[in-house]
Amino acid sequence: MNRWGEKAIYSLSVLSCVLLFGSVAILLGYLLVKGLPALNPGLIFGSTPMVDALFLKRQVFDGIFPAMAGTLALIALAITIAVPLGLLAGIYMAEYSGRFTRSVFGFFFDLLSGIPSIVVGLFGFSAILFFHHHISESLAPCLLVSALSLAFLVLPYIVKTTQIALETVPQQTRITGLALGATRLQNIVFCLIPESLSTILGGIILAVGRCAEDTAVIMLTGAVVSAGLPDSLFKGYEALPFYIYYISSQYADQTELTQGFGACIVLLLICATLFTLAAIIQKKVRHTLLYRH
Amino acid sequence: MNRSFFQQKRDRNETAARALLFMSALVCCLLVVLILGFMVVTGLPLFGQNQAMDLLTGAWSPHNGGYGIAPMIFGTLWISFLSVVISFPMSLGCAAYICVLGPHGKATVMKRCVQMMTGIPTIIYGFVGVFLLVPLIRNTAGTGSGMCILSASLVLAVLIAPTMILFFIQSFDRVPRSWLDAVDALGGSRVQKLVYVVLPACVKGIVTGTVLSFGRALGDTLVALMIAGNAIQKPDSLLDSARTLTAHIALVSAADFESMEFKSIFLCGAVLYLITALVILGARLIERRGTHE
Repeated sequence: MNRWGEKAIYSLSVLSCVLLFGSVAILLGYLLVKGLPALNPGLIFGSTPMVDALFLKRQVFDGIFPAMAGTLALIALAITIAVPLGLLAGIYMAEYSGRFTRSVFGFFFDLLSGIPSIVVGLFGFSAILFFHHHISESLAPCLLVSALSLAFLVLPYIVKTTQIALETVPQQTRITGLALGATRLQNIVFCLIPESLSTILGGIILAVGRCAEDTAVIMLTGAVVSAGLPDSLFKGYEALPFYIYYISSQYADQTELTQGFGACIVLLLICATLFTLAAIIQKKVRHTLLYRH
Repeated sequence: MNRSFFQQKRDRNETAARALLFMSALVCCLLVVLILGFMVVTGLPLFGQNQAMDLLTGAWSPHNGGYGIAPMIFGTLWISFLSVVISFPMSLGCAAYICVLGPHGKATVMKRCVQMMTGIPTIIYGFVGVFLLVPLIRNTAGTGSGMCILSASLVLAVLIAPTMILFFIQSFDRVPRSWLDAVDALGGSRVQKLVYVVLPACVKGIVTGTVLSFGRALGDTLVALMIAGNAIQKPDSLLDSARTLTAHIALVSAADFESMEFKSIFLCGAVLYLITALVILGARLIERRGTHE
């Protein structure tokens, strides 16, 4: 290869970095420029006093507070459903599965993580339709259905992280407990899981981020434009990503649009915080939580 | 006597734990089947004889009673294919710069940045795309609304690039250290290392990563829904508006339950599910072949 060829390849590779990082920088910069003016307590609480809104004394009508609360409730529910199931399945995959079950189950988990989120949403939607026709007329898309569908969506992430975390425990640590006479189960509970806790925790936080940002699932399974604070599992609710989507297609004036940009920044901040938290936990917590047992 | 009592109890615990773990993994897998099952069970009774086939291949002309989803399948394939075509060279260049060509000091920081990028919510890409890229394309092209295949593919390309880069980096990192040292010892340049050692060793990883990213582009809802314009037609040029299967599901799910339009979304869901299954199966087969040789 001559010198010019080398130079060309090097330049192309630099160019692609500049293109990608540049476009993401433009994206974020545009968002900041447009959204910063809207970023004040009024964006979240509207004209309701902050303290009254936080203590649920008065309803917020023109802020994104109900949407944030809805997203929070949704995340909490979905993660509570997904984590126990995902953890157990992950432990099985890492420690108990044979060659056959591993490859079959592995395919299913890959498939589950590859299924478009809108299809998972459609599943939730058709399930509730099915129950509506066959069990009770009162069942309709609601918070619980969304949470369940979202839980299915993030399940493979949790399974995969747990499995990888357990599998990457060093061989020496793995056999020490067994050599001391622990059963397989004791070894898992008292040795392997504490050892890989930080990785698992990081995976769970990433799953939380995925719940926070997903729009396709919730728009089919119960998110609505105005519902106030979420107060029942069986009602519609507001969510931040859905609010942003709604603004992008239905905004009436410039103020609403600016509010939309503000909401984008809030969502981005939430996701960035979760992401950083996951990174820190995966790095640092190892040293503090590891030797608890 | 005492000892055997404990032994028994231990065994029982062990068996119970094993059963519980297996059940959780099984439940997760059944879910994957259930997702397809529910769509078929809810969707199938809606169709009369031969209707399913007409829907799959026919044209979309509601006035003549035609509700074929072929235009949406074309739209989906066009947009995801184009976005992969745009994203692939960019991602390969970035991954090469981070792993091989660039200075070692920057690699960790850049990799962190790319990881952070995967955390940016899809809805934000869509939102900024609508207000930044669409007017730009509209003014440059001079015709149409700017909501077209090209705009959607560009945004989608940036969206899937981080995932693709991480796939590539993962496979670059698996190249044995000694091979790289050998190039250095022979006095080869970094570009030569990339072209003659790293890339040939990573062909399988690169193909797998690209296929999986294609699956990701295929399943994205929000970007296509917000930016591609959603016109139901067989697209002829890059500046034509198109509707994807995912966007179709999102748009029609609010329609009347008894209409044929509504029935078609279950078929869309099933088609998406099957395409995803093929993509995952393909990626797994490619990797499997790599390990046997």
